Amino acid sequence: MIVVVRLTLFEAVRRRTLWALALLTGAIVVVTGLGFQWLVSSARAAASTTELQIQIGVSQVLIFCAFMFSFILATTAAFLGAPAVASDVESGVLQAMLARPLARSSLIVGRWVGLAIVVVGYAVAAGLLEIGALRLVSGYGPPDPLGAVAALAGEGVIVMTVALLLSTRLPTIAAGATAIVLFGLSWGVGVLGGVASALGVPSLGVAGSVGRLVFPSDGLWRATIFSLEPPILIATIAAGRPFRVLEANPFFASTGPDPLYLAWSAAWLAGVVGLAIASFGRREL
Amino acid sequence: MMSPMNVAPTASAADETVSASGRTPPAIETTDLVKRYGRITALDGLSMRVERGEVFGFLGPNGAGKTTVVKILLGLARATAGSARVLGRPAGEREARRRIGYLPELFRYQPWLRAREVLALHAELAGMPVSERSSAIADALELVGLTERANDQSGTFSKGMQQRLGLGAALLGRPDLVFLDEPTSALDPVGRADVRRIVRAVRERGTTVFLNSHLLGEVEQVCDRVAVIDRGRVVAAGTLDELLGERTVRVRATALPAEARAGLARFGPLHLEDPADPSAFAVRPIDPERIPELAAAIVAAGGRIHALEPGRASLEARFLDLLGRGEDGEALGMDGGPR
Repeated sequence: MIVVVRLTLFEAVRRRTLWALALLTGAIVVVTGLGFQWLVSSARAAASTTELQIQIGVSQVLIFCAFMFSFILATTAAFLGAPAVASDVESGVLQAMLARPLARSSLIVGRWVGLAIVVVGYAVAAGLLEIGALRLVSGYGPPDPLGAVAALAGEGVIVMTVALLLSTRLPTIAAGATAIVLFGLSWGVGVLGGVASALGVPSLGVAGSVGRLVFPSDGLWRATIFSLEPPILIATIAAGRPFRVLEANPFFASTGPDPLYLAWSAAWLAGVVGLAIASFGRREL
Repeated sequence: MMSPMNVAPTASAADETVSASGRTPPAIETTDLVKRYGRITALDGLSMRVERGEVFGFLGPNGAGKTTVVKILLGLARATAGSARVLGRPAGEREARRRIGYLPELFRYQPWLRAREVLALHAELAGMPVSERSSAIADALELVGLTERANDQSGTFSKGMQQRLGLGAALLGRPDLVFLDEPTSALDPVGRADVRRIVRAVRERGTTVFLNSHLLGEVEQVCDRVAVIDRGRVVAAGTLDELLGERTVRVRATALPAEARAGLARFGPLHLEDPADPSAFAVRPIDPERIPELAAAIVAAGGRIHALEPGRASLEARFLDLLGRGEDGEALGMDGGPR
């Protein structure tokens, strides 16, 4: 298995995937950093704007940036996971490797570990750089930056894992496209469930909760939001109006991640990797 | 230029798997192997046996099931019924795969890896001890003539060079059994000659070679035994002498009356080379001892002999006959031949 992990990481370096991601991250951090600086300096120049308003405004823009990044990350993860098996089967590379005493389960687990290292590394490095740049120009630091990037990385790993599972049976493009659609669908179902809860339609709200269990990326997205919100925002809102109405806002989370839900997400990942092993184990090459 | 110079005798004879009876099991043995893909039957009760240390040619027309057999033997596909054993173990078992080399028909290797790295990957996957890898890789590179391109990425290689690399990967670490699936399909005539020399050299060191090829001339030159399969069954198997054993004589004689030519059938079946030219014909099979008597009979009947060439049926002619697709339309029969 270790040889496959090394091969996967080596491939990411040799094929310039890591360099492309590093350049992309650098560009995003510079552009958003300049944008934040402009926003904050302009707001502070206006006498009527309070520091609390600036903090809330900056946190909302940060959450929006995280939202955009989560889509970039999901797409990257899908493009990494989708060819991991399918492309090598289509080209014939895997047939020569599997004629060696390499277990198919070792190949799948090795691929998954290698790609998870790339996805998590990218999410953590890019996320912390962005938060650090924000803090530098605005002075605002989210309450739980590590929690936020961990949840983002989890989203990416979930999409990559699904793409890997699909890659054991589908061609590369079909596997990648399906994984991205599932990710978008999960987010849409989550938003729908939130709006339904806010409007008092519990049955539809349950659909949102079920969606978060079936494909846990949206639940982790909510965890990301909660980790980026200033506590004073939640306290202020709690003192005023009920949360229920605010659940309709896809960029607001009233509660942090439930440990049980995080455990479910981990078990879900393990289950999908297991499915990928079973699926590829039965495939004829 | 590939070099067979570094092929040394194998030292694996002592650690070969020995069956309960004390005899070394054959390299490959299949019994009533069946493979179905939905309604399509790819293999229909295929039975064959490949002995240790021989070069075995596996022949058949497109779609006969050759690649399916190789995939089952390597564990890349599962048989619907029947049994297959490789090096004394069930086909596909990891322990058997440890001692196997494989050059796929679709030879592609990670294009972003250098040639040396591709071989290092396969050495590691094969479980070769770290201390042996460096010299084994250098030997394999020299064997297939890629020493000077060892540090180039395989994605920059021509098809022929990629096939050489695949051959090097297959022969890495001196496996007990090598599957070569169309090993010269991308090579020029010089490369083909090199492959023939390499195949002979690896046989010298005791490696069994399973050669899947449709290039009959190539098979004829290097194989000890062959099997011909058609529609998923073995229709003939044996040594080349057994398969091509029947002697033939090609004759070109003018002024030979038709009835006299027909009378020559007492020496063996007559085959017209060209229906429009009755002066050229072959007698196949024929007892070589009777060829002078045949010449005397032609002359006695007034015929003038321009050419008389004793020989043997080519593998191609025999192959076409076995498949019932002989050029003169006269099949020699598909009776299974020597098994």
